[in-house]
Amino acid sequence: MGTRNYRRKTSHSEHGPGDGGRTGSWRVERPVLNKSLCIPCKRNTEACFICWLLCPDVVISRTIPPKIDLEYCKGCGICAEECPTKAITMVDEAQFSEEEKEKE
Amino acid sequence: MQAKTTILNLPTEEFVHPGTRACTGCGLAIAYRVGLKALGKDTILVVPPSCLTVLQGLFPIASTKLPCLNVTFASTAAAASGILATLKSQGKDNIKVAAWAGDGGTSDIGLQALSGAAERGENFIYLCYDNEGYMNTGVQRSGTTPMGAVTANTPFKGKLQQKKDVPAIMAAHNLSYVAACSAAYPLDLFDKIRKCMDMPGTKYIHIHIPCPPGWGYEARYGIKVGRLAVETGYYDLYEIVNGEFKLTAASEKLVEKRKLIPVREYFRSQSRFRILTDAQIAAIQNQIDAKWANYYKKDE
Amino acid sequence: MHIIENGNVAAALGVRLCHVNVIAAYPITPQTPLTEKLSEYVEAGEMQAEYIPVESEHSALAVCIAASSAGARSFTATSSNGLLYMHEQVQWAAGARLSLVMCVVNRAVGAPWNVWNDQQDSISQRDTGWIQIYCCDHQQIIDSVIKAYWLAEKVSIPIMVCYDGYILSHTYMPFEVPEQEKVDKFLPPFRPDYALNPEEPANLNTVTLPDVRMDVRGELAHGYMEIRYLLHEEMRTSLTAAAEAEKRFADIFGRGGDPYVEPYLCDDAEYIAVGLGSLTYQLRVSVDTLRKEGIKVGVMGVRFYRPFPDEAVAKALKGKKGVIVYEKALSYGYEGALASDLKSALYEHLAGTGKLPFVQNFIAGIGGRDIKTDDLTQTLRAATKNRVSKEPVWIGLKL
Repeated sequence: MGTRNYRRKTSHSEHGPGDGGRTGSWRVERPVLNKSLCIPCKRNTEACFICWLLCPDVVISRTIPPKIDLEYCKGCGICAEECPTKAITMVDEAQFSEEEKEKE
Repeated sequence: MQAKTTILNLPTEEFVHPGTRACTGCGLAIAYRVGLKALGKDTILVVPPSCLTVLQGLFPIASTKLPCLNVTFASTAAAASGILATLKSQGKDNIKVAAWAGDGGTSDIGLQALSGAAERGENFIYLCYDNEGYMNTGVQRSGTTPMGAVTANTPFKGKLQQKKDVPAIMAAHNLSYVAACSAAYPLDLFDKIRKCMDMPGTKYIHIHIPCPPGWGYEARYGIKVGRLAVETGYYDLYEIVNGEFKLTAASEKLVEKRKLIPVREYFRSQSRFRILTDAQIAAIQNQIDAKWANYYKKDE
Repeated sequence: MHIIENGNVAAALGVRLCHVNVIAAYPITPQTPLTEKLSEYVEAGEMQAEYIPVESEHSALAVCIAASSAGARSFTATSSNGLLYMHEQVQWAAGARLSLVMCVVNRAVGAPWNVWNDQQDSISQRDTGWIQIYCCDHQQIIDSVIKAYWLAEKVSIPIMVCYDGYILSHTYMPFEVPEQEKVDKFLPPFRPDYALNPEEPANLNTVTLPDVRMDVRGELAHGYMEIRYLLHEEMRTSLTAAAEAEKRFADIFGRGGDPYVEPYLCDDAEYIAVGLGSLTYQLRVSVDTLRKEGIKVGVMGVRFYRPFPDEAVAKALKGKKGVIVYEKALSYGYEGALASDLKSALYEHLAGTGKLPFVQNFIAGIGGRDIKTDDLTQTLRAATKNRVSKEPVWIGLKL
């Protein structure tokens, strides 16, 4: 299978996720959200969203509750560090079973 | 007077995909993501070799949803000028041009072209993301590496020279807008981009970018490290609008507070400053104190 | 319209006729009158173009690369060290498959400094993937600029239109200025395959891997090697497009000839002098002199140096007794670049056929050293007696 008929002759990239592959595999620890501490969850209204703002990898959604895309989350921990109520904690990946990881 | 953007009224549209090759906890990723929100969809980007090149992705996948031209290291501002010329000749005055270059690509190899473009009054925004070294190639020193920082090619003695003050150089071109920002204050960056977008000529925005592998700190502390730089009075957030200097955001608040965190705290937060002696730190503290004494005086 | 003007003005007129939209200009002798003339056209409103007085040649080509990537027909010109300074960009433009046209007003390269004519500047760029055309007079300059835009835009490969500094750039000759309506008929507006725009965003020329890789549509995209191969392959096939350009031009303007070589008294010649550019016209005087002495000699100018028209060259030289290559440049450490390429073409097409001529290489005019027609005649005459030397012979050396 060759690239003779590829539609471009130049280095012309179109946009899409995962240029770095499944960057979730980089993680050593993952963020876990405790909804009872999360401000928008508790108030059930748009509020805070600091985790959404500061995520370098756009993997936290601006929703109630915020959802973290574990396919791509690199586990940097900025969300946990900056959450004003410590609603997010970083938990060692080893604590999650293979089964749970498969589900992602 | 422009109202400050908050997290809740920050545009929600994302212009970057997840899964980039940026390092875990990359400060540039935060600044870039928010910066693109400020620039918006009708923007053409120019990017020289740098961390951003890698963040933006390898052929054939791009992580950025905006059109972007990758160019040679020294030519960022010249390339921006070329795109502007085309847009002008086509009458497309609603499309902006924004150059995103690293500190090496700006203060060192790219300075000539940037100066030329600024002198010609080329109408684009130039954003220098300053992680204080050639990080993409493995943490070599650049013109903006601060004094005392250990890098891959200043391994034992640390950088012996001062950090090059690029905003001051750009201000000398009599630009309509020059600003200093930080990835640790992304909303301030957003506002500054929005503020200057329609000003004439070249707009220069310098962004301080914490870099976990380059600076030597645990990724999760990136925002804290960036904030410490500002709260110690070491790196200032300001703008120069038509030649008039003004501290802004968190730095402006420090003038009111009249209390700076000792710069030692900033140096302690990163392993790259491990070789600084107490005497050197004291000397730097004196420089900072003198600078801020001036700020306080102007404020009175 | 017939006018008498200098070579730089001929080039500028060509650029104006082609409705170039973006011009980048950095001054270097002997190119400066060209870009100055363009600034006159722009400021007087005779050209609808953005004129950018850049701060270096590297930036000049950067502007053109970017402007072309965004969809504008662009132009710059340079010489000598200016071309060398933009070498990184020269390579870039070819790999990016941009339809640029650049005039190179041939001048010697430093060190040491020298402002006079030789061809080392453009010859040193022969491996970059740019098409190179060499002009012999002002008519060829203006015509080649126009043909170059058509060809560059057809094959998406940048083109250098080269002409000798001072000898052509600053001398005055009569030539025909093509009519605008006819140029518009010959050269349609620039419509690249892709131009940067927010409606169809793309990231151009980023890091490209050694191997192939799946793109976002699930299709296998080529790697760096394929992109580079396609440049080479399409440079080779551009020889056909070059012929097409020549024919279209001839049909509309009534002048043209062989697209690849320009022969003079070669049909029955036993020995043929070969060169690039104005030197071949000077050699015609020597040819005339030697013909009167009964020596069957001719001269052939090579018009496209890259892609090298090996087949056309070999065909023209087949069965000749000797080929005498006069050059104003060389590949240091070996021999004249044209001589090498020519030998390679002859070997490839004629080895074992019994029709392989000897090749004698002369180097002349380096750094603008005066090339006396008398010296050309003498050396040509001597070469027709027998091959003078295996090594290239430098004419007029005063060691």
